[in-house]
Amino acid sequence: MTAPLILTQRMVDHRTDSHTISRYEASGGYDALRRALDMPPEDVAAAVKASNIRGRGGAGFPTGVKWGFLAPAYPRYLVINGDESEPGTFKDRQLLERDPHQLVEGVIISSVALGVHHAFIYIRGEYPRPARRVQRAIDEAYQKGYLGKDILGSGFDLDVTVHLGGGAYICGEETALLNSLEGRRGEPRIKPPFPAVEGLYAKPTIVNNVETISNVPWMILNGGEAYAHIGPEKSSGTRLFSLSGHLKKPGNYEIVMGMSWRELIYEVGGGIKDDRKLKCWIPGGASAPWFVPDLHLDVPVTIDDTGQHGSMLGSGAVVAMDESTNVVAAAHRIVRFFAHESCGQCTPCREGTTWLERMLWRIMNGHGRPMDLDMLLDVCDNISPGLRWPPAQTTICPLGPSAVSPIRSIMTHFRDEIEAMIPTAEGVASEVVRVG
Amino acid sequence: MLAEQPDQVTIHIDGEPRQVPARELLIKAAEDTGTYIPRFCWHPRMKPVGMCRMCLVEVETPRGKMLTTSCTMPVNEGMVVDTQSDVVTKAQEGILEFLLINHPLDCPVCDRGGECPLQDQTMAYGPGESRFVEEKRHFEKPIEISDVVLLDRERCILCARCTRFSDEVSGDPLIEFIERGGNTQVLTFPDEPFASYFSGNTVQICPVGALTAKPYRFRARPWDLEAVESVSLVDTVHSKVSVQSSQNEIVRINGVDNDPTNHGWLSDKDRFIYEYLHGKERLSVPLIRKDYGLAEASWGDALDLVAERLGSFRGDAVAGLGGAQGTNEEAYAFSKFLRTCIVTPHVDAQMGDGLDPQLLAGVTNRATIDDVDRAAAILLWAGDLKEELPVLYLRVRRAARELGAKLVVVHPRRTGLDDVARHKITYRPGEGPDVLRKLAAGADGYADVLDTLSSGPVVAIVGRTGLSEDGRLAESVAAFVSGMDEARVLPIVRRANTYGALDMGLAPTLLPGRVAIDDAAGREALEAVWGPLPDGTGRGATEILQGLVDGELGALVLYGADPVRDHPDPTLARQALKSAEFVVSLDLFLSDSAAMADVVLPVEGFAETEGTATNLEGRVQKVNQLLPGPGQTRQAWTVLDELARRMGAQLGAQTVESLAKEIATVAPAYGGVTWDRLDWGDGRSGMRLPTEAGSQPLQYAPLDTGLLAGGERLALHYARVLFDDGVRNRMAPSLARLQPEPFVALHPRDAGAFAVSAGDVVRVVTEHGAVELPVRIDPTLAEGAAYVPANLAATAVLGAAPSVTIEPSAGDGG
Repeated sequence: MTAPLILTQRMVDHRTDSHTISRYEASGGYDALRRALDMPPEDVAAAVKASNIRGRGGAGFPTGVKWGFLAPAYPRYLVINGDESEPGTFKDRQLLERDPHQLVEGVIISSVALGVHHAFIYIRGEYPRPARRVQRAIDEAYQKGYLGKDILGSGFDLDVTVHLGGGAYICGEETALLNSLEGRRGEPRIKPPFPAVEGLYAKPTIVNNVETISNVPWMILNGGEAYAHIGPEKSSGTRLFSLSGHLKKPGNYEIVMGMSWRELIYEVGGGIKDDRKLKCWIPGGASAPWFVPDLHLDVPVTIDDTGQHGSMLGSGAVVAMDESTNVVAAAHRIVRFFAHESCGQCTPCREGTTWLERMLWRIMNGHGRPMDLDMLLDVCDNISPGLRWPPAQTTICPLGPSAVSPIRSIMTHFRDEIEAMIPTAEGVASEVVRVG
Repeated sequence: MLAEQPDQVTIHIDGEPRQVPARELLIKAAEDTGTYIPRFCWHPRMKPVGMCRMCLVEVETPRGKMLTTSCTMPVNEGMVVDTQSDVVTKAQEGILEFLLINHPLDCPVCDRGGECPLQDQTMAYGPGESRFVEEKRHFEKPIEISDVVLLDRERCILCARCTRFSDEVSGDPLIEFIERGGNTQVLTFPDEPFASYFSGNTVQICPVGALTAKPYRFRARPWDLEAVESVSLVDTVHSKVSVQSSQNEIVRINGVDNDPTNHGWLSDKDRFIYEYLHGKERLSVPLIRKDYGLAEASWGDALDLVAERLGSFRGDAVAGLGGAQGTNEEAYAFSKFLRTCIVTPHVDAQMGDGLDPQLLAGVTNRATIDDVDRAAAILLWAGDLKEELPVLYLRVRRAARELGAKLVVVHPRRTGLDDVARHKITYRPGEGPDVLRKLAAGADGYADVLDTLSSGPVVAIVGRTGLSEDGRLAESVAAFVSGMDEARVLPIVRRANTYGALDMGLAPTLLPGRVAIDDAAGREALEAVWGPLPDGTGRGATEILQGLVDGELGALVLYGADPVRDHPDPTLARQALKSAEFVVSLDLFLSDSAAMADVVLPVEGFAETEGTATNLEGRVQKVNQLLPGPGQTRQAWTVLDELARRMGAQLGAQTVESLAKEIATVAPAYGGVTWDRLDWGDGRSGMRLPTEAGSQPLQYAPLDTGLLAGGERLALHYARVLFDDGVRNRMAPSLARLQPEPFVALHPRDAGAFAVSAGDVVRVVTEHGAVELPVRIDPTLAEGAAYVPANLAATAVLGAAPSVTIEPSAGDGG
């Protein structure tokens, strides 16, 4: 089966102007909106539900089900999560920058379905150009009557506001994003209440990822069932993967899920640079436990298969590491990221991630003690009890357990490498990196 | 109002079934039924945030047991909870280890050591030792975040109790988390100190020693403290406190959670004012005026002299002022002494700065503080509560912010509650009656406000917006609101135990127990115990002072009263004390008034006497003794008893408790009040008056006083601030330095008309005096008014004149 390109066809065909409204309209843009405005809102929502699409932000929660939780109160809001911050992920950036009208149209149609009259697009602060492109697309949509009062004479009103984040990873967590949008510290909220009941300004709110909503125009034009028929049953549709690391052909790829990891890495990604051996890879962003060739190359790339094998597709960020990689240093770098990005509100994440980072640092610098390895795991256990998958947590949000993933991964698959860093009775470590 | 019985649900905690109120938070439901779940960030008077994670428990869900914070989890029917499973125990141990890795463990030099939740819970739930070998986080050791509070960020466990209190409860969001992750810290904003009237509460609720109070730092260890429960007599809310001493000196006052009043909170004035009791200027020896001034004397000589001099006047040529600073028992002794020993009807506990005593004592539809929680609308037409009754401010703030009450504020200037008010009416002092007339008629611009006030149960908090405002306006407001459905009125005055003093008959129109002076039956009943009473209605404070000036009165007995500072007309007060033939003052300090007396008798004060006090909603509570008074000070009632004996009369008091028993007998509203009930029985949170066994003969319905608008020139808004130059504030060093700089505020248009701008120094003149003050521009002030903070060291001379003139500074050369 040849893979249809749902999200990226326009930017592939028109490399220079896929972001303009003229190109968008010339290639069928806003037809889906016209159609949606003629449909009862329930039917629009039903099409999205029928697609079985699962959220592309990382958690993989079925979008139609999420929409169904929206509490019957007004006003209600739609918030687009464009705070793409998971290390290794750069897919939303492409959608924002290269096809902003596709997102805007998706937002308008979703707002029709949800009865929303004010939507927000939250874009990470490090994405100034994508944000400018989206803002421009919105301005053009207002000029053309796709936004504002009485959209295309339908009587439906919608305003869309673009908001830039302030540079915090945690604002990609939906409730922290809402706090940030409200002008508060970007700290996750306690759930319940979930945003669908009490979200932005304490009103019912749907938070969806950029990629998720960019699919909506296609679903309206082609039907939700058509989308559901693409790919495996529970991982329907196409999906953008950001391939990076030691690959010959890194980049964003829109693919149908269901192929094996071997195909994704060796065919789509072109194999390992310099034909070295693959040592391990991160299947779904820095929060995801790592996969290793011996165990996981033939696992199908679907949300559920990846989950059953102890990791996740997450945000679609695949980071390949070749045999030359010092996995302890790699894990340390990821833990350092999470310690740096911990919002600081809850104890285990604030103190635990910082502690883990410093222990790893000490071990890497040759000051580890034999007891440190079990202690490392025990501290991980105090953040994510049982060290199971999907992770339990003593924290408010999953950031703390995310810092546990790389440590568990190296302790499971590469324990000998970290043990080699611990000085022996003679006081010499066989393997020490000093990182500046 | 009938309290709704909350629905009960059954939950299982550690295998035991428990009946708990539906929707209650699990942590509280568990605690109330006998299972304590450890916690740091959760505080019963603030919204849960689930941040410290200490209260993790396992709750059964359809997907198996899940760890969850019990402070954020409402209970529901059939909930199964495990608070002691291996998973829970390990998680709690882990949290404590995390909290301790960066904690300095300097317990031996930490104020909190010995009463520290982190210490206690580490002992109970923590790991035996730390596995942390890295360098701990370091911050600059304690930094002063305000004049009374210091912050040690190394000790801080980031529970956010202080920041949440400041934002959520007190409305002064001056401290916040900054940075993130392991660098997260609590801090003030640049160049903005934590200048909150409530900052001391953050010290009390801090679960570690991160926030400490300057007056208490390094003064004592908790296990050395003697403590007694009492109520704060700083203002008329009577917040419940724990008074704590070390080596016979009070070193700390903490708030105690009393549900009907303070919810555990105190103002910094409540908390730190105790310093005055131990000040160097506290009187400890009787003083007698000689040619060269006041000289120390023996009690015997002083009492003989007072008895002889007072005895030389006709009873009704003597007047008594005061009695509002102490207990009900002391006020009762003062009242009985004046009326039966001196035989004078001229008694007043208020200084001409309050409201009609019959309104205060006998208003029929008096609101409780709790009524504001249930109100659909609250009308606040009184002084700025944040300055005058800070704890009531907290309660009204909560009602408006959290409980949905619609607040209407009427005041000549910005108040602390404007930000939570639905409507704000700003008016020029003197024009209140016009505003009230328009409001009552729903005139243009007021219709919305009237709608709001008519939207359900309404509580009107009425008082003087400033000292130059006529107190009768408050009664007219009370009368207007009383005409509405489900209306309740809370007439407010600020000073200490004023309501108790009035209830003890310390007003010209009142007899003890809420009996009007002209109530024949009440009078007869009282005479049966007291003996004959003086005829007629006496004079109030202003008439007493006038009578002394005119020579109609000869002698004055002051008890804890400082009319020179507190009476709105300081010129009159000063003249009166000069003209009086004989003045005796029972006081703790040589106040401006006591300094003019012929004899000054040093008495014991707060925490040095035992008794009861009555707050603004008519709640009687116990005031307890912790210390002896300094030097030769005596309890006021024994001084009055001694004087009575020397004058051939009897107060009939054996002990102060015998006075309390007599009050319960002769004061109808106090029937059945006993110390035992207040200390140990059903009255621990106070007994509302009139008691079930008692009655309230005086049923006073507020009337429109027919007050007319007045004032032509620049009206003076002379309103109190919390930290003024009152003698107690002045004698408490921690509070004395919080006295604000004096200034005169003008509306921008008035400033333009006078051609002055911010910072210019002008001469402010009233009929009582003049002072040079810097100008502030205040757009929240009514036009045609000048605001001067009342009774600061510099501004006291102005008095509460109705109007004021602004002249060029003498130093300007014209």
